[in-house]
Amino acid sequence: MNIEIEELAKEFGTERALHPVSLSIPSGALIALLGPSGSGKTTLLRILAGLEFPTSGRVLFGGQDATGLSVQERRAGFVFQQYALFKHMTVFENIAYGLRARKRHERPTEAEIGRRVNRLLELIQLPEIGTRYPNQLSGGQRQRVALARALAIEPRMLLLDEPFGALDAKVRKELRQGLREIHDRTGLTTVFVTHDQEEAMELADLVVVMSMGRIEQVGKPAEIRAKPASDFVRAFTAA
Amino acid sequence: MSDIALTRPVPVTSEPPLARYLLIGFAVVFVTLFLFAPLLTVFAEALRQGWAGALDALRLPDAQAAIRMTLTIAAIAVPINAAFGIAAAWAITKFDFRGKAFLITLIDLPFSVSPVVAGLMLVLLFGANSTLGGWLIANDMPIVFAFPGILLATLFITFPFVAREIIPVMMEQGRAEEEAALTLGASGWRTFFTVTLPNIRWALLYGVLLCNARAMGEFGAVAVVSGKIRGETATMPTMIEMFYNEYLSVAAFTLAAVLAMLALLTLLLKSLLEWRHADLLAATRRH
Repeated sequence: MNIEIEELAKEFGTERALHPVSLSIPSGALIALLGPSGSGKTTLLRILAGLEFPTSGRVLFGGQDATGLSVQERRAGFVFQQYALFKHMTVFENIAYGLRARKRHERPTEAEIGRRVNRLLELIQLPEIGTRYPNQLSGGQRQRVALARALAIEPRMLLLDEPFGALDAKVRKELRQGLREIHDRTGLTTVFVTHDQEEAMELADLVVVMSMGRIEQVGKPAEIRAKPASDFVRAFTAA
Repeated sequence: MSDIALTRPVPVTSEPPLARYLLIGFAVVFVTLFLFAPLLTVFAEALRQGWAGALDALRLPDAQAAIRMTLTIAAIAVPINAAFGIAAAWAITKFDFRGKAFLITLIDLPFSVSPVVAGLMLVLLFGANSTLGGWLIANDMPIVFAFPGILLATLFITFPFVAREIIPVMMEQGRAEEEAALTLGASGWRTFFTVTLPNIRWALLYGVLLCNARAMGEFGAVAVVSGKIRGETATMPTMIEMFYNEYLSVAAFTLAAVLAMLALLTLLLKSLLEWRHADLLAATRRH
């Protein structure tokens, strides 16, 4: 599903987190929002998820205006920075949460929930951990469980906030590949936020470089490397 | 070098034996003197004329009315303040709004105001001499020297307990788990019952137990508002004082022993819950 962002702006009190920005995300793409902290990238992601609402502008999902849709109606799979797994639930229950939260007539049967959760555990290559609690998992395992939980709701898109931020360098590299594979298998339009230019360049089809609440440049990694649109982009992507 | 190797290595966090025994001894003496001894005295005094004397004291209609009053007040005040406490903590920790700091201060107000002053406030507001109080009495809805007054006083005094216990826990947990539940399609209520409440349940339990202990034990504010009418508005603490002032020490201490046992019972209940759910408690501890 393609995402259109039209003249989207966000103010927190008197502070402008996002100047009017426009962006068009093609269906099935893997997009990186790249920028330093305070560049507005997380705000933009949270607006897409329905966790924040824009001061002005519109968001369109598949051509339909989604600006006023509630967070629940958006059906966006969201992976949080520290994963925000439910500490008091097992991995199985974490992943099943979105299915159980559905209205009664849309809710799968218990057996069907079990099948789907197990399929997701296999997708993230951790089939044996369903009965464990989040605090018994490594950082990398937690990230993959968070991914499975987001995928369980059969989302219309996948949004990830610094998905590799809490991991050490070695695990980070492995999981980059993991995210790429999951993206390719599900075909979901995927947007992830990062401040790591190497990560963005290596993983994304399209990189959106942001600074101070504005989009500096949108392009394929090679294009951005070859023709940085501003001094900021040149400096930031050279780092 | 060799004599260094011969000395046993002492962990850096360990104290010399003498200091250790002194510290432990001091703690034991302190606890005995200031916690166990007074509690034992209460029970000993209650049983000075044997079990029969204590049971006779409990059969006094005034004593029974006081016990009923205290239990009723606690049964109403604690759930109300638990609900208010959760709502206040929720508002403070999950939303940003103007006047937040003021609200936090306001929640602490009952802690800083003397209970007697709180009681007097209610008397001034709802007493026969005020316009509001006069109207209420004329319409047969007296507040002061009646049940509603005692309830209001207890609600006021015990308001901070639940909120104060929950706020730090909620602040530490942030909003991420709730937001995650919302993105997974859960409604606000579902999020509250399946994510927020399980995360705060131990703090909530502590708060409720403290709130309950105080609701049953409150003296000052209730003494002023209730007028201490025997058999009608006297609660256990005020009845204990009246018995004591009338030199009915067995009755006073028996009632005091019952109050103390109610407090011990709540503590026991708490320990029991913690013990039964120890594995879950360990699992939900922060990673």
